[in-house]
Amino acid sequence: MNIHEYQAKELFEKFGVASPDGQVAATTEEAEAAARAMGGRRLVIKAQVHAGGRGKGSFKNGFQGGVHLVETPEQAADFAGKMIGQTLVTNQTGAEGKLVSKVMIGEAVDIERELYLAILMDRESCGPVIVVSTEGGMDIEEVAENTPDKIVRALIHPLAGLQAYEVRNLTKALELSGDQAKQFGKLIKNLYKLFLECDCSMVEINPLVVTPKGQVLALDAKFGFDDNALYRQPDVMAYRDTDEEDPREVEASKYDLNYIGLDGNIACLVNGAGLAMATMDIIQHYGGAPANFLDVGGGASKEQVSAAFKIILGDPNVKGILVNIFGGIMQCDIIAEGILTAAEETDLNIPLVVRLEGTNVVKGRALIADSNLDVITADSLNDAAQKVVAAVEG
Amino acid sequence: MSILVDENTKVLVQGITGGFGGKHAQLSLDYGTKIVAGVTPGKGGQTFGEKTPVFDTCADAARETGATVSAIFVPPPFAADAILEAVDAELDLVICITEGIPVADMMRVKEVMKGSKTRLIGPNCPGVVTPGRGKDSHGGCRIGIAPGYIHKRGNVGVVSRSGTLTYEAVYQLTELGYGQSTCVGIGGDPINGTSHLDVLKMFNDDPETEAIIMIGEIGGNAEAEAARWAKDHCSKPIAGFIAGATAPPGRRMGHAGAIVGGEDDTADAKKRILSECGIAVSETPSAMGKTLVEML
Repeated sequence: MNIHEYQAKELFEKFGVASPDGQVAATTEEAEAAARAMGGRRLVIKAQVHAGGRGKGSFKNGFQGGVHLVETPEQAADFAGKMIGQTLVTNQTGAEGKLVSKVMIGEAVDIERELYLAILMDRESCGPVIVVSTEGGMDIEEVAENTPDKIVRALIHPLAGLQAYEVRNLTKALELSGDQAKQFGKLIKNLYKLFLECDCSMVEINPLVVTPKGQVLALDAKFGFDDNALYRQPDVMAYRDTDEEDPREVEASKYDLNYIGLDGNIACLVNGAGLAMATMDIIQHYGGAPANFLDVGGGASKEQVSAAFKIILGDPNVKGILVNIFGGIMQCDIIAEGILTAAEETDLNIPLVVRLEGTNVVKGRALIADSNLDVITADSLNDAAQKVVAAVEG
Repeated sequence: MSILVDENTKVLVQGITGGFGGKHAQLSLDYGTKIVAGVTPGKGGQTFGEKTPVFDTCADAARETGATVSAIFVPPPFAADAILEAVDAELDLVICITEGIPVADMMRVKEVMKGSKTRLIGPNCPGVVTPGRGKDSHGGCRIGIAPGYIHKRGNVGVVSRSGTLTYEAVYQLTELGYGQSTCVGIGGDPINGTSHLDVLKMFNDDPETEAIIMIGEIGGNAEAEAARWAKDHCSKPIAGFIAGATAPPGRRMGHAGAIVGGEDDTADAKKRILSECGIAVSETPSAMGKTLVEML
């Protein structure tokens, strides 16, 4: 799950992680009021979307740039009017762009140094790792590639937590001293607390800046949260913005279906994440292009299967469907009933290939054979993939 | 022989009074597995099914019934606690089926378990099956949620992060006439108890296991680590498959651990490493069994 910049700032304020002042606005009036309230300082207005590259992006109404310096409250209102309700296209949004419903008015800070700071949950060490670098403000992957010695990592003990000596080592690695070292020490301790208490999988501050006045501030942040822990993070869940997500994925999540939209034209409906990935792979192996990842899970009901079917049929790119079920917990007859229900309720006019195996397979196959539905049946995954690719190319 | 469990293993089920746990405990009993106890706090004294006693604690269940292995079916918020209770009861093996445990909980569990005698398999896994010698492999030890009847007792070890891909491999092997020694689902979470490497080592040491299928997916480096070890130390033929060649980067593909983070954890990179280490990589998920058989 992603969150907006203004939401990240709220989390920083709550946990005492120093960052520039900022206020969110959903209307031109709010934008003007925010700019007035923060008056006397250099300000910046930023469109709030879940995508990078905003500064160089352009709006579909012709307005250039999702980030602007603001001179007066009136200008803040003017810019807000050109951003709110408009669609911003950046190099990360794809051609369709993202609808901007809020802007943030923030303090524009002068920068003396740009540093990098991140906390991640590390698979190898099975605990948190803190990563810092003096080379902030650029792509950290490139820094790791070109100057690996500029990246310093600290593995944090899962139970003992962040120690004072580790903070000292990281401070030294960032070449911070005196009051700046103190500010950084406070910032990183509070950030670590935030990381654990909010069940983050990642918090990346890039850049962490030192201003000419000697302030150490988190200028831009990217958060990742552990989806498994969202049940105990109501405040984080409240940050979810479904307008930012693929509508097909939002619909799927209502039915507890694991769906990820892709660009191809062969939809798949599978039980189990591993088999769902493998089904996409085999479609590609035979020259097709998968339209989605869809794991209906182990205990799916007839209603869930039917909903899944409607979601994949709602994608206009889809020219064929492959249902691949290996019933362990999942019963083949339930899948068959779900397909039949969905086919009745929708206007199914594209090729449907079904491969059923496992629990109650005889019952499931009989249900489909006895229906009036025009189904291409397959007796192995191989057979199914070849048949659906052929039918779509047909 | 087999690894981890055999037909004599006594198993307790944590969460046996829940719908999901109860259903699969019954399927295991029907398969011939020695499910000797259930554990649900507050429901001690009840009976599950015909005669399986339910206890309040793991320690009571283990002491009264001699169970040495636990299967966990409790909901995610309580699963870490259930694992640690089983560890505290000094069980040999804990198999956690539960999907959706917070990563931070597993991080703490993993650290607390260091130095304990208990092995953890999972979480978010289909479990472990050592097939029996009866009809449809009846009489074996089925712990978890796999369909028992697709198995056949034999000499191929199967290890996988994914449940349904394990069934796919097992089914292919059985259809080709090759049985299995033990099938181990290690689970799809980023932090788990037992790795591909741990299981490969066990299969290598098991006299009944003559060949191995190792199934992996995108994310992490567990398959590469296992392959590099196998290159120098494993004396048995291995066929492999890696799922997720078509997965978009940065997206979590169902399993919490199935996410491409960098160049080294893509399906292509892993397949290349497996090949370099002498593992026959199956081109498609449909050819896992065939790929192994061709090596024999």
